[in-house]
Amino acid sequence: MRRATRLAWVVTPAVLLAGCDGWQSALDAHGTSAVSLKQLIILIVAVCSVVWMLVMIALIMALWRNRRERPLPVTPQPSTQRRMTATVIAAVAATTVVISGFTIMSFFATRALGIGGNDELTIKVRGLQWWWSVEYFGARSEERFETANEIHIPVGRNVRFKLEGLDVIHSFWVPSLAGKQDLVPGRANELIIRAEKPGIYRGQCAEFCGMQHAHMAFLVIAESPDEFDKWINAQRQPAVQPSEEELAGGQRTFLEKPCAACHTVRGTAASGTTGPDLTHVGSRKYIAAGLFETTRGSLAAWIADPQTIKPGNNMPMVPLTPEELRAVSAYLASLK
Amino acid sequence: MRIATLLTGLAIAVAGCQREERQLRLDPPIAEALDKVALMPNGISGAPPNVYFALEKPYETNAYNLSQGKRLYSWFGCKTCHGNGEGGIGPAFLDGWWYYGPDMVSIFASIRDGRPHGMPAYRDKMTTDQIWQLAGYVQTIGSYAGKTAAPSRSDEKHTRPAENRAPAKIQFDQGPTPLHPDQGPTP
Ligand code: HEC
Ligand code: HEC
Ligand SMILES: [Cu+2]
Repeated sequence: MRRATRLAWVVTPAVLLAGCDGWQSALDAHGTSAVSLKQLIILIVAVCSVVWMLVMIALIMALWRNRRERPLPVTPQPSTQRRMTATVIAAVAATTVVISGFTIMSFFATRALGIGGNDELTIKVRGLQWWWSVEYFGARSEERFETANEIHIPVGRNVRFKLEGLDVIHSFWVPSLAGKQDLVPGRANELIIRAEKPGIYRGQCAEFCGMQHAHMAFLVIAESPDEFDKWINAQRQPAVQPSEEELAGGQRTFLEKPCAACHTVRGTAASGTTGPDLTHVGSRKYIAAGLFETTRGSLAAWIADPQTIKPGNNMPMVPLTPEELRAVSAYLASLK
Repeated sequence: MRIATLLTGLAIAVAGCQREERQLRLDPPIAEALDKVALMPNGISGAPPNVYFALEKPYETNAYNLSQGKRLYSWFGCKTCHGNGEGGIGPAFLDGWWYYGPDMVSIFASIRDGRPHGMPAYRDKMTTDQIWQLAGYVQTIGSYAGKTAAPSRSDEKHTRPAENRAPAKIQFDQGPTPLHPDQGPTP
């Protein structure tokens, strides 16, 4: 029994701590501002724990020492009186020191959140029920393009996110990289992120926004500047033209059915903007805001019945024959 | 006696808690059946399919469907020609005049099949469900009679009475927007 208890004491914190790392954790920080936030919170928790312990010890000692009943009224000796005054002054002074210490620390931590520089990359992120539209710019207007639910950034560079809500309020939160920032309709908000380490960081909408709020995730992929350049140049290209008969059939279906009225595939006539840009949908890790990994099968499942998979989302169930469904999902999977 | 009253009151209150059903997904056979409206030969007026009544006219009485219709109205660019209902290149929906009739079937047909003087067909751009939702919304903004269900509020500046302030009759005095002389039925 003793051993089991001891084991529990060791294992429970280990299990709890194991939940602290991973691709979506404020305690596994790899962004400049997330690191300074994490340091600040650890410092505050540590200092407050010490203060709490000291207060508890003083309280218990006081109760213990005076556990015998005393006749009332209590009239302290002048020496005790002096000690009491000194203790109160010391406690007030300590409180002032701790609180002003916190204020100064959080001033510096907050300043670190606003890291600015000249080498900024600007990305516009729009929140919609229930997915993220991501827009990149370039020196020339042809270099502008849109993608969805997956944001690539170069490591070690400041990236300025311009955030905007298109229907209701959403909140952009990548715990491993930075704090939250709301996307408010009609208001331009900004957030600067710098990733210190390459990796895939998961983000999540952090403001309740309706039925599928829980399924409104995205990825931030931080990669070396070379890889980032390669990615952005590939994304700027229009969609590949179908090379096989089946893929060509899928493209025809896509263009003839309602799909094209809601989705854009650059390089074809499809130019709708109600749904995510699908020009390179096959290159993205997930579809439907983090619901499925992108495979031909998951694309087919999604297209066949989006309302059962993600009830209430804004893509309707479009009636397709099995052949059309097979061809259209093959076509979309081929859009690398 | 007191207890009976209390229990009745409670039962009524609980009954009032029922939440409106949201039809998020139409079974394909129902969607197909809903597409089969019986139009008159001139494409104006007719009868909705029987399922429409079996479902209790969901596109006129269900607030979720009306809200979706309102979103589709801007997503599919109806505003570019019809404005917020006051008209433009296309006819107004607020003036009480309809070239092709104010009933759901006529509006559904106008959207699905298009109309000769410049109304594009949306048959291949939307699902049947969406066309019905849109028709319900268009009918609501130009409604002759008040409805108990209303779509969600507008965030932008109001250019006309809110949809639930029906009937929009005050607008009727302006008379029809003279688009072309090929008038259909009038109110
Ligand atoms: C009324 C507009 C609309 C129509 C029509 C439509 N979609 Fe969508 N589609 C959407 C929306 C909105 C989403 C985002 C859903 C979400 O994640 O909440 C989406 C998501 C998708 C996705 C996942 C993309 C991603 O990266 O997450 C695919 C693939 C897709 N649609 C394919 C199709 C195909 C194929 C058709 C035609 C059969 C079609 N869509 C018809 C609106 C539409
Ligand atoms: C390119 C401009 C254009 C667009 C876009 C457009 N319409 Fe129209 N619409 C027209 C014109 C023009 C007419 C009149 C047609 C006629 O009289 O033959 C019309 C007629 C109609 C009518 C019949 C009105 C009546 O008096 O009976 C309805 C209903 C309608 N449109 C709904 C819509 C909806 C809903 C949308 C969005 C999906 C839409 N329209 C988009 C131009 C447009
Ligand atoms: Cu959200």
